[in-house]
Amino acid sequence: MKRLLSFLKHSYIGLIVLFMYLPIVVMIVMSFTESRTAVQWRGFSFGAYTTLFKDPDVLDALITTLVVAAVSSVVSTLIGTASAIGLHSMKRRPRKVVESFTQLPMVNPDLVTGVSMMLLFAFIGIKQSNGLLRLIIAHTTFNIPYVIFSVLPKLRQSSDSLYEAAMDLGCSPFQALTKVVIPDIMPGIVSGLILAFTLSIDDFAISLFTGGTSMNLSMLIFSKTAKGGVHTKFCALSALMFLVVGVLLLIVNLRSIHQEKVAAEQKKKVMRKA
Amino acid sequence: MKRVRLSYPYVFVWMPIFIIAPMLFVLYYAFFRDGQFTLEYARSVVAEGTYLGAFWNSLWIALATTAACLLLGYPVAYILSNMKKRTAALISLLFILPMWMNMLLRTLAWKLLLFDGGVFQQVLSFFGAGKVQLLYTPGAVLLATIYDFLPFMILPIYTTLQKLDRSLVEAAHDLGANSVQTFTKVILPQSIPGVISGITMVFVPAMSTFAVSTMLGGKQVILLGEVIEEKFLSGTDSVLGVGSALSLVLIVLVILSMVIMNRIDKDNSASGGTLW
Repeated sequence: MKRLLSFLKHSYIGLIVLFMYLPIVVMIVMSFTESRTAVQWRGFSFGAYTTLFKDPDVLDALITTLVVAAVSSVVSTLIGTASAIGLHSMKRRPRKVVESFTQLPMVNPDLVTGVSMMLLFAFIGIKQSNGLLRLIIAHTTFNIPYVIFSVLPKLRQSSDSLYEAAMDLGCSPFQALTKVVIPDIMPGIVSGLILAFTLSIDDFAISLFTGGTSMNLSMLIFSKTAKGGVHTKFCALSALMFLVVGVLLLIVNLRSIHQEKVAAEQKKKVMRKA
Repeated sequence: MKRVRLSYPYVFVWMPIFIIAPMLFVLYYAFFRDGQFTLEYARSVVAEGTYLGAFWNSLWIALATTAACLLLGYPVAYILSNMKKRTAALISLLFILPMWMNMLLRTLAWKLLLFDGGVFQQVLSFFGAGKVQLLYTPGAVLLATIYDFLPFMILPIYTTLQKLDRSLVEAAHDLGANSVQTFTKVILPQSIPGVISGITMVFVPAMSTFAVSTMLGGKQVILLGEVIEEKFLSGTDSVLGVGSALSLVLIVLVILSMVIMNRIDKDNSASGGTLW
């Protein structure tokens, strides 16, 4: 009886995992079929991938995606890290207010973030034809919160006396930051940077409203597959995006699991000494 | 140099311009026309059939999605929380990854499965169900939203169940409760914060879905998000007002859910004190 129950439990989990991943697997399998539209399997071929990399629209969108991701992740990491260090030394009340506003882009549906930024751009006069700039600003904005909230925990773990000790030993405040504080919180900064880059290449909804005349990969896929059939080259493109984003997310998550472990061990050591 | 100053460029420039101002613009466009206050857009949102219809469509899809995710997701979270820690951590990673992944691509994957002559139809006809139309039906939209949001229900419930005090469960058993009683009287009540957080994490984004219905619903189900998308991307300025008023409906929903979430957070950890 107990064995049966445990078997049922495990099969249930298995079924749900299958439900989560079956569509993705089918998408990847379909990217290797010979036919042009992705409905039925017709023999193995790399054709979809070769057509994909010859398509000028795809290459344009790829460049847009990578430029936006690179610029927005670096800018948001710089702004986010500086803000996190500043926030950490703020008094409780103003800090809570800033943190609340910072959470807005994380809790707002992408649709709302997208349309509201579109209105802003219309108002301040960054034209549709300036798509790249619009995308970079929008992506930087939704990335900053993720950087802040991956750096803040690191600051809480590290000790404020390190910064003061560095200054007592003759560092200028700037040196204390660059030589002591920043190396100490580096793992959080790197995680934030990778996460920001990942979210940027993966974004669809916010880009759709802010992109104007520039198209990133997701916008291109949407415009070509929303209605009617699906060309297998878009299966290939989606498969590649799943792969890249999946690997990056796995890195971010494994890093955070590893860092928690390290923090827990350090805590144990300190406790033992005390 | 005080460290606080490092946050000033963000706190006094980036945040007001790019986070706060855009939200105010939605409010402004919803209630003003050429600088004049107007209730015209708000009125058409509550009076016009197309918008009301889209709202009800979104509401029932979001409610059904939330209910289905809860029914499917709670057992997953419960079973996971009873597993060995290492195994549970690994499996939960399998549910965390899709949370961050591109929803458009995950929806596109369903389109392949549901096509006429696609995998699902072949399976169904193998079992003698004949040729059933799957794509461009309300069912297809519902299936994909459940798929998209299920991890957002599992994770918060799993997190609360994981933190649950095991000794309470043992105490209930020692005091003679059977496993059903232990579940309904001890485990379930304690997992309610996770359940509520899961519900808001599914319901709010499900209300604002748009690409799913465009891709899988054909013209069968028009959703609120789809109407908003159309208003903003149609290229004319005159419809921005209605689009903004419709977006405001979503913003109100977000604020409501934040208020609810914050209540729960305060009750539980006394760590509250954020604005919403």
